[in-house]
Amino acid sequence: MDLFLQQLINGLNVGSIYALIAIGYTMVYGIIKLINFAHGEIMMFGAYFAFIFATSFQMPIWAVLLIPMVIMALAGVAVEFIAYRPLRDAPRLSALITAIGVSLFLQNLALLIFKADPKVMPKIFPETMISLGGVEINSTTLVTIGLSLFFMVLLDLYIRKTKQGRAVRAVSEDKDAAILMGINVDRTISLTFAMGSALGALGGILYSVAYVQVFPTLGVMPGLKAFIAAVLGGIGIIPGAMLGGFIIGMVETMTKAYISTTWADAIVYIILILVLLFKPTGILGKNTREKV
Amino acid sequence: MDKNKRKAYIINTISVVSLYLVFFILIQTKVMNKYFIGIAILTCIMIIMAMSLNIVAGFLGEMALGHAGFMAIGAYSSAYFSIALMDTGIALPNIVVLILAMIVGGIVTGLVGFLIGTPTLRLRGDYLGIVTIGFSEIIRIFFINFAPTGGAAGLKGITKLVTFNNVYWITIVIIILIFTFGRSKQGRAIISIREDEIASEAAGIPTTKYKVLAFTVSSFFAGMGGALYAHYQAFVEPSKFTFMFSIEMFVIVVLGGLGSLTGSIIAAIILTVLPEMLRGFAEYRLLVYSLALVVMMIFRPQGMLGRSEFSLTKFIDSLMLRKDMKNSIGGGEAQ
Repeated sequence: MDLFLQQLINGLNVGSIYALIAIGYTMVYGIIKLINFAHGEIMMFGAYFAFIFATSFQMPIWAVLLIPMVIMALAGVAVEFIAYRPLRDAPRLSALITAIGVSLFLQNLALLIFKADPKVMPKIFPETMISLGGVEINSTTLVTIGLSLFFMVLLDLYIRKTKQGRAVRAVSEDKDAAILMGINVDRTISLTFAMGSALGALGGILYSVAYVQVFPTLGVMPGLKAFIAAVLGGIGIIPGAMLGGFIIGMVETMTKAYISTTWADAIVYIILILVLLFKPTGILGKNTREKV
Repeated sequence: MDKNKRKAYIINTISVVSLYLVFFILIQTKVMNKYFIGIAILTCIMIIMAMSLNIVAGFLGEMALGHAGFMAIGAYSSAYFSIALMDTGIALPNIVVLILAMIVGGIVTGLVGFLIGTPTLRLRGDYLGIVTIGFSEIIRIFFINFAPTGGAAGLKGITKLVTFNNVYWITIVIIILIFTFGRSKQGRAIISIREDEIASEAAGIPTTKYKVLAFTVSSFFAGMGGALYAHYQAFVEPSKFTFMFSIEMFVIVVLGGLGSLTGSIIAAIILTVLPEMLRGFAEYRLLVYSLALVVMMIFRPQGMLGRSEFSLTKFIDSLMLRKDMKNSIGGGEAQ
């Protein structure tokens, strides 16, 4: 039972990180219908910045977290402006290839700057063990879950309650109608990229702290899984991404603990395929009929 | 056979044979060393992979991001077969073993493609892309865990059967087969689905059947490419067939032009040879490569050739025409 509780908390830990990253994918997909492959690299760079600020500059915790988030938010906006905006009216496939290109570019840029060898991520949160009902929990785990939940709630409030948030929802619902309503679509898309990238950077930092490593291809696997999480929950739907993230994290942890470590990823993919085959719009998605 | 067709056949045959002779002389005179021959063989394999992917991505117009998985199945099944065949002690010529192994690899992969395609081709666009990524990753994880083929350490002890001589002609045959498929009744039905699925269904084309057919044929040839790869490297390991490798093949197809087979061939040559040529700048090579990809997509999103095919006959004709025009203009001035 204790083992189960322990795994449950581990699952929440991984799940909250996936959820954070998945939000970025889902928001971007919702607004410009593009799988932003570069999102994984945004989180990787976020982790590298945090690493630099924590080791070379000895900055306090809040700066180690917030400054990379701001930098990566700007980087996300820049990527959209340079690479995706010229292709907004091009076929979807070209935009997708561009996203792959940007992703490869950023990966190799990191390889060039930071070299291939993994760096050891310092423990940026104070480390203590907290005993909770017979289960030992690492404080880093608690901070990870807490921080992710905090930012997710913040985002959710922002999207639902503020004027800009309403603009984001309006543009993802119907871009043309949003233009007619006087919404600045370009600015709204930039805003979406900024928010998604900031959360992605935070996810990257938390991921690298959890796995104590930073390396140039850090973003690939969690990026892919977070993307699966976004699809699982229903792509374009923010609460869906959160739900999907937690499900993927939980499934992965439980498979690793009780079935097999090497098959864990395969089971994640099998669930994804089953969901897509039986409910292609994801768990929270609504079915829309295709019109002739 | 009409005159133009015969002319095209003759021109193409001559160019294929003379290209082979050029390579033959270069290899015989040792101008091309082992390293360059290796690049040429890999290029041939990538041509097969890109063309086979083009059947689904270009003809059918669906996003297939799991081609590496099919290549892995072809590589593993053919290698397993050829090792078993060698063990029986039956002495067969290398080329026969290679062709048998390719057929086994192709059929096994085609079967898997059929099994995967039947349920998944109900999905479209990005969703299909994601499912193909999922299947390809599952295949890779399967081979990591599957003990009979060596697991994560890879399958060793494959006899190296591929040489430039045989791979060149095998590639030519596969190119002809895929071209013929594209122009056949089935190929045209697949293209019509890409153009307008609802209209082609209304015209009496069983769309699901042809979608699955395209997927199966594509994976069949991908399996053959994988078989060649296994018998060239003499070693297969699961870590080769990652998601990034699928993406690499997809990029070749898109850069060449979706639906253009000659485009795939040209792009496969450029994207295999160019990175090797840039080895001197190893650190910047992938940076340049990815940047080129983004720039290409921004300025020429339809790829190099778009949907049109490069035709040697037409190319020669246009050269002749230009000469004729020049002559007539020149003649005009002289008068």
